[in-house]
Amino acid sequence: MDAFTLISRAQGSYVRSIDDGPIEDWPEHFADDAFYKVTTADNHRRGLPAGVIWANNKAMLKDRISALKEANIYEPHSYRHLLGQPAILEESEDGATSETSFLVVRITGNGPTDVFASGRYLDEHVFVDGTALLKRRVVVCDSTRTDTLLVLPL
Amino acid sequence: MSEATTTMAAREWPQALSKVPYWVFQDAEVYRAEQQNIFHGPFWSYLCLEAELGEPGDYCATFIGEQPVLVTRDFDGEIYAFENRCAHRGSLIAMDHYGHAKDFTCVYHAWTYNLQGDLTGVAFEEGINGKGGMGSDFCKRAHSPRRLRLANVHGLIFGSLDNDVPDIEDYLGQEILDRIERVLGGRKPVVLGRFTQNLPNNWKLYIENVKDSYHASILHLFFTTFGLNKLNQKGGIVVSESGAHHVSWSAINREAESGEHYKDQKIRSDSEYQLEDPSLVDSFSEVGDDITLQILSVYPGFVLQQIQNSIAVRQVLPTGVDTTDLHWTYLGFEEDTEEQQLVRMKQSNLVGPAGYVSMEDGAIGGFVQRGIAGASGEFATVQMGGQEAVSSESRVTEASIRGFWKVYREAMGFSIEESK
Repeated sequence: MDAFTLISRAQGSYVRSIDDGPIEDWPEHFADDAFYKVTTADNHRRGLPAGVIWANNKAMLKDRISALKEANIYEPHSYRHLLGQPAILEESEDGATSETSFLVVRITGNGPTDVFASGRYLDEHVFVDGTALLKRRVVVCDSTRTDTLLVLPL
Repeated sequence: MSEATTTMAAREWPQALSKVPYWVFQDAEVYRAEQQNIFHGPFWSYLCLEAELGEPGDYCATFIGEQPVLVTRDFDGEIYAFENRCAHRGSLIAMDHYGHAKDFTCVYHAWTYNLQGDLTGVAFEEGINGKGGMGSDFCKRAHSPRRLRLANVHGLIFGSLDNDVPDIEDYLGQEILDRIERVLGGRKPVVLGRFTQNLPNNWKLYIENVKDSYHASILHLFFTTFGLNKLNQKGGIVVSESGAHHVSWSAINREAESGEHYKDQKIRSDSEYQLEDPSLVDSFSEVGDDITLQILSVYPGFVLQQIQNSIAVRQVLPTGVDTTDLHWTYLGFEEDTEEQQLVRMKQSNLVGPAGYVSMEDGAIGGFVQRGIAGASGEFATVQMGGQEAVSSESRVTEASIRGFWKVYREAMGFSIEESK
């Protein structure tokens, strides 16, 4: 399969794990030594390193999921991700880099469908056994604002 | 007496500090009076970090309450602050949250201000070909935006719109100053990231939450769930003399932790759940002492936080009766090693909008705001630890919340109910 197809399949599966579950599948889209960060366009432009979520291995991503299932207290809510087509920036036999725009709406409790986040994924993928795994995903949110809290990953 | 103060004097506030009427979180008239009596009143509000204005020309556009203000560093090296509102027709003078400029030109009619906020230019002041222009009685010097009083506390820039505000040292008191110095004294902060959280509640519900050391181990179950609690921690609450400011702190008990007894009890691995990457809580002594947590608030809306090695300042800005902006600035320090910066990055997961121990704080105020919707005649009860607003060795107390209300109700000019 070509890079575009591999990445598209992986991203389809990625958003499904968050939006429809099981959420435990979400970390499985990452390589063991993956880097994942959620930040804002303003921080990204200024080169500021911190994230609202910051992880430098897959174990930290699994901890995110066990924390939201077992520890953290919040009003039940769900997301729906809408992704643009991935723009493939570089590709080889072993991997690729890409950028993909996203829009995420959130439904909290029995409330309305609210626009929660828009932005772009800045990605590095590795191709392993015919599957694209994320080696690095920086989630750059367009706005500096987070409404109330961010529990489920983007 | 101002109009807002007169209106507020018609309202009765319970005499006991432990009773908080719910209307104070709901009433638009109260909200408007706060802008005048608190945010334009004789109090110090956090504006930005000195480190964020590193070079002459650097500026920060921020707020005191709803009032837009502009903080700058001029070429003389000094920091200035003035109202961010053109003296002509009221437009914002600068819009970027953080920027750099030699001077400011209002986009509407190109009135120009220097970095100290002096009006230096008025477009077509002399008119064109001797026609139009400003009258001869117009004096630029009389039309500069109002300047703020400023104070710099270990690199934290505070401003006040009221010239009668006490000196910052008297305002904070020695205990609070010492605790700020403990974290920031002699160190050069570096901004690691900035995040804004929109809170669905009145600003005072967030302040109550910050000052509430009672909820910490109950609402925030992250440490408990993953067995990361150190049960033998010591700590306490400092309430400043006026009641306005507070510090909540805890420290590890090194003797007990290194003792066999502690290890035998396997206190840290007693939990059903484990972190796959427990390095999240690997920390270093932040300033060479044993204090692992220090939450400090300065009235009305500032927080300095040390949670292990996660250092941040929080600015609480009301944007409406039931909406609040919470601005987070995550900090490291110039002398941090690479390893220390890595620890700070990992621990940034504890705080902010997605923080393992602070995400709940973003939502809990909204739960209260919704919960009290039909109860403007009812009262919250803050009796934990008694009725006073004083320091305590126990953190199972609401003393610092009572301290906030003590200062608040006086600043607002409510009538205090006669005791029954």
